[in-house]
Amino acid sequence: MSNPLAIIGRVFLNSLAEIGRLSRFAGVAISHIVTPPIYWRSMLQQMWLIGYNSLPVVGLTALFTGAALAQQIFVGGSRFNAESVVPGVVVIAIVRELGPVLGGLMVAGRVSSAMAAELGTMRVTEQIDALTTLSTDPINYLVVPRLIAAIVTLPLLVLVANTIGVLGGFLIGTERLGLNAGTYLQVTADFLEQSDVISSLVKAAVFGFIIALMGSYHGYNSRGGAQGVGKATTNAVVSAFILILLANLIITVIVFGGQS
Amino acid sequence: MTAVPMIEMNGVTKSFGSKTVLQGIDLKVEKGKSLVIIGGSGTGKSVTLKCILGLLSPDNGSIKIDGKEVTNLGSKERKKVLTKFGMLFQGAALFDSLPVWTNVAFGLIQGKGMNKSEAKEIAIEKLRRVGLTPDVGDLSPAELSGGMQKRVGLARAIATEPEIIFFDEPTTGLDPIMADVINDLIVECVQDLGATTLSITHDMASARKIADRIAMIYQGKIIWEGDKTEIDTSNNEYVDQFIHGRAHGPIEMQLLKP
Repeated sequence: MSNPLAIIGRVFLNSLAEIGRLSRFAGVAISHIVTPPIYWRSMLQQMWLIGYNSLPVVGLTALFTGAALAQQIFVGGSRFNAESVVPGVVVIAIVRELGPVLGGLMVAGRVSSAMAAELGTMRVTEQIDALTTLSTDPINYLVVPRLIAAIVTLPLLVLVANTIGVLGGFLIGTERLGLNAGTYLQVTADFLEQSDVISSLVKAAVFGFIIALMGSYHGYNSRGGAQGVGKATTNAVVSAFILILLANLIITVIVFGGQS
Repeated sequence: MTAVPMIEMNGVTKSFGSKTVLQGIDLKVEKGKSLVIIGGSGTGKSVTLKCILGLLSPDNGSIKIDGKEVTNLGSKERKKVLTKFGMLFQGAALFDSLPVWTNVAFGLIQGKGMNKSEAKEIAIEKLRRVGLTPDVGDLSPAELSGGMQKRVGLARAIATEPEIIFFDEPTTGLDPIMADVINDLIVECVQDLGATTLSITHDMASARKIADRIAMIYQGKIIWEGDKTEIDTSNNEYVDQFIHGRAHGPIEMQLLKP
């Protein structure tokens, strides 16, 4: 009955099947991006929901993280009389890693769950089937606007997060740690390279895709009433978190792995 | 020469994993006629409808709409076939993010590309047809009672003047009087349009009212089919048990046993 090998086998097969289903869903969704019609109105609405409404939470996350980072680096750096590295390390850490990753995670928490809950409810109340009977492709109508909106909006959000994150470090650095404001900004500008910003935005776009895909996939395929929708919501957030962290690692290794 | 049936299913089977739901469904609905499929919960009624609509793809068998095979259609052709259909869902399945009139006009605006003001006029006309005043059009579906939601669902189903209309448990969850009102509306609207209809229900009062012919499904098969006047004299013990609602008889409910 509880043969451990059988359990391992079953878990392995189930995960493969899940990866297969997810890949197929992603393929269908991507192919529909280039298939008209595109529902512009609903796309703009999603951009507003994902982008504008996430600004406070993403901004606060970046502000506090940047500030805490500056404090820690100052403490660490002062052991080697290297307090002057604070601006450089803050900007690199924020732009390359923390801005996109924390921004992505916060948006995933807000948005993947909301998408999964909305689409999941539409699934279990047969609204998605109703779309089909009204000659409207539910992937085009529901999934594509969310995907495009998230892919476009996340880079903008991360740009804001990066700026606020650096500002958080600047505030602690100049107000509390006694660093010179002009020097701080100068060092920040010197350290920051174009490739850092580009990799940051690429990460953000990929995270946006993951966020919308996980929300849509779990919502679209939810079943079994209220409990099923609850499960879909949880799964959407957890899987979006893990995939964001995994994708971040992969992109970091590809972009920065060659540098020494 | 006999006319081509509007809906024809032959030997349609469908399984989910190891569970076989449809074991070879054969049925025909003539043009302009109304067939009601009766049967208990979990006997495959909904799956039958979903197979015809292409929401599920059957494992085997053939489904023809107006003489045209529709299993394994591409998405474009499927969309074309679906423009012939209207459907009233069990829970009405109204889009809760849209106001009532947009729900009714949805098939006109999104499916047929009609402009909004024209579609709104038709939507309000259809709302009136099902006994709702124009001001209901601006409400959100969540503000409506169950009976009103069913009416809006019916208005949405008939808005595009489809050739074929499906009714999925049209009276479930309504009080007997409201159920009868909905049945009357269904009969009237279908007569207006001259549509072919396929309904599934376990409400015998509803079946007797809206059907021309009745088919009974049991364990994924059509076990009896006949004119609605023949249902009381079918001499089929399964049908008799069902229409009289007896707990004991040849149909054994799948209850959990220790």
